[in-house]
Amino acid sequence: MGHLLEIKGLRVEYRSDESIVKAVNGVSFSLDKGTVIGLVGETGAGKTTTALGIMRLLPAMTGRITGGEIMFKGEDLLKKPPGDMRAVRGAMISMIFQDPMTSLNPVVSVGDQIRESLEIHSVDSRSGSAMDAKVDELLELVNIPSRRKKEYPHQFSGGMRQRVGIAMALACEPELLIADEPTTALDVTIQAQVLELMRGLKDKLETSMIMITHDLGVVAEICDRVAIMYAGEVVEQGSVRDIFESERHHPYTEGLFGAIPSLAAASRRLAPIDGLMPDPTDLPIGCKFAERCKYREAVCGHTAPGADAEGHAIACHRFAGKRHGAD
Amino acid sequence: MGRYVLKRVLLVVPTLLAIIFIVFGIMSLTPNNPAAVMLGPRASADAVAKLNSELGYDKPMLARYVDYVMNLARGDMGKSYNSRREVFKEITLRFPTTVKLATVSILVAVVIGVPLGVFAAVRQYSVFDVTGTAAAMFMASMPGFWFGMMAILLFSLKLGLLPSYGSKTPAHLILPSLTLAIPVAATIMRFTRTTMLETIRQDYVRTARAKGQTEGRVIINHALKNALLPVVTVAGMEFGWLLGGAVVIETLFSINGVGKLIIDSIHKKDVPQVTGCALFLAFFFMLVMLAVDILYAYIDPRIKARYQR
Repeated sequence: MGHLLEIKGLRVEYRSDESIVKAVNGVSFSLDKGTVIGLVGETGAGKTTTALGIMRLLPAMTGRITGGEIMFKGEDLLKKPPGDMRAVRGAMISMIFQDPMTSLNPVVSVGDQIRESLEIHSVDSRSGSAMDAKVDELLELVNIPSRRKKEYPHQFSGGMRQRVGIAMALACEPELLIADEPTTALDVTIQAQVLELMRGLKDKLETSMIMITHDLGVVAEICDRVAIMYAGEVVEQGSVRDIFESERHHPYTEGLFGAIPSLAAASRRLAPIDGLMPDPTDLPIGCKFAERCKYREAVCGHTAPGADAEGHAIACHRFAGKRHGAD
Repeated sequence: MGRYVLKRVLLVVPTLLAIIFIVFGIMSLTPNNPAAVMLGPRASADAVAKLNSELGYDKPMLARYVDYVMNLARGDMGKSYNSRREVFKEITLRFPTTVKLATVSILVAVVIGVPLGVFAAVRQYSVFDVTGTAAAMFMASMPGFWFGMMAILLFSLKLGLLPSYGSKTPAHLILPSLTLAIPVAATIMRFTRTTMLETIRQDYVRTARAKGQTEGRVIINHALKNALLPVVTVAGMEFGWLLGGAVVIETLFSINGVGKLIIDSIHKKDVPQVTGCALFLAFFFMLVMLAVDILYAYIDPRIKARYQR
């Protein structure tokens, strides 16, 4: 049985006159129907770029996919002509964007923006009134009174706008939903609401999701699998249990957990990871994390560690050659 | 919205008073003797003084200003020194021609400028964009009368296709309105390109693509609708200028419009006629700007919301 989505060795670059930014460097992971994978990592790790790569919505002037495959339901999205790709976007794969304040069109009413998706993909030739009913239903689904559909984005709060974004993304009942830090721009209380909503949708509609976040709390809340990204690579991936309960971790994952405040620990200081992510225009040949790694060995400087995309996989020389099953 | 419009209309009154004052000021700063111009060089000094006093021209500038405003309040713009006819009549006789010219020109300019600007933005740095932008720069910088003279030379004298003076038939309006439209189209094109470059990079445009929308609809329904606001402002301003600023082109093509009337009246020191024309054009300029502001509210719901409060 194939996966719903399988990404193999995805590479993305941003080219400008001065430099080439290697944003995604051989990312592989897969996702099954009805499951949620979390893409975790700090800013600049390549999470959003990976997502835009899947949608093929990278900035046209600079972004280039330079390698890899994105198999969706057995077909490589990267080989699809633009017209076929448009039929996938919004209908089969849709995306919730990071900043609800800027990702809605300010001069189109929210109802019309939701309806737009339905109109584009109206393969079942829905009638106008059926579409109106569907818009109402979607708004109610995200807890917005449907009588407000004639209003414009500026009349809604940030949390409500994000929910409009979610309604928009869900309009055509996509099989895969990519949520790019859907809660980052929101207040903590609203974050909980939006997460609760998304978890409910996952249960109700059985939508598969890619949840991009830098918040491990969000991961624990909603994800089945987790891929930890660093400098455009997946350094560790596994089930939520693998990531939260296993003893074995990539040094970077260890660092991430060390940087979370704990109520139980006696220490009052957090343990940040020293140093910075390497310059994406000039990446090291060996392990990208070597510079900041406390377990660094000679081999790390010249050979990049590899890892599988199945089970609990860690891209680190310390664990080389050992498969870590679902421990 | 209604209250806002009312407020704007009421603001027209003080603005017009200020304009009258400025015109009076300028006219009395220039060496000026309307009776001498009217009676000709051989008139006696007595006759000139007598006529000037009849016209009220011996009074100080401020007194004439007050008189003028009082008459205006009664709907009287005075009589032209030159033709001895009602100033208002002289203007309304010529205004339709000017309006026709300005309207055709702005429509042509928008129809050419907006699509070219959109296309240049969508294909940024392409050959079309680079040559188009350079050409627009040239068109916007060259004086309009030069285009006018070149057009007369080519289409009227050499090819004999179009008439070069007057405004009798629609064909008469082709050359002057194109001449007026070229620099305006260039300005609108450059402006549209700039604002489009900004909006096509907005997040909501990416959102529209993420829905699977076609590129054409993304550009028109999402990017252009947001880019339109500044473009409408520029087009409105240009239309206002065309209404009053066609002076050179009307003279070049011998079109009997308000612009030409102003020039002729200035030559003849016809103070009431100049003041009347300035007033009339200023009033229409303000009307156009008001219309632009109201149009805003229809394009952008955020602005409408601000008015409603």
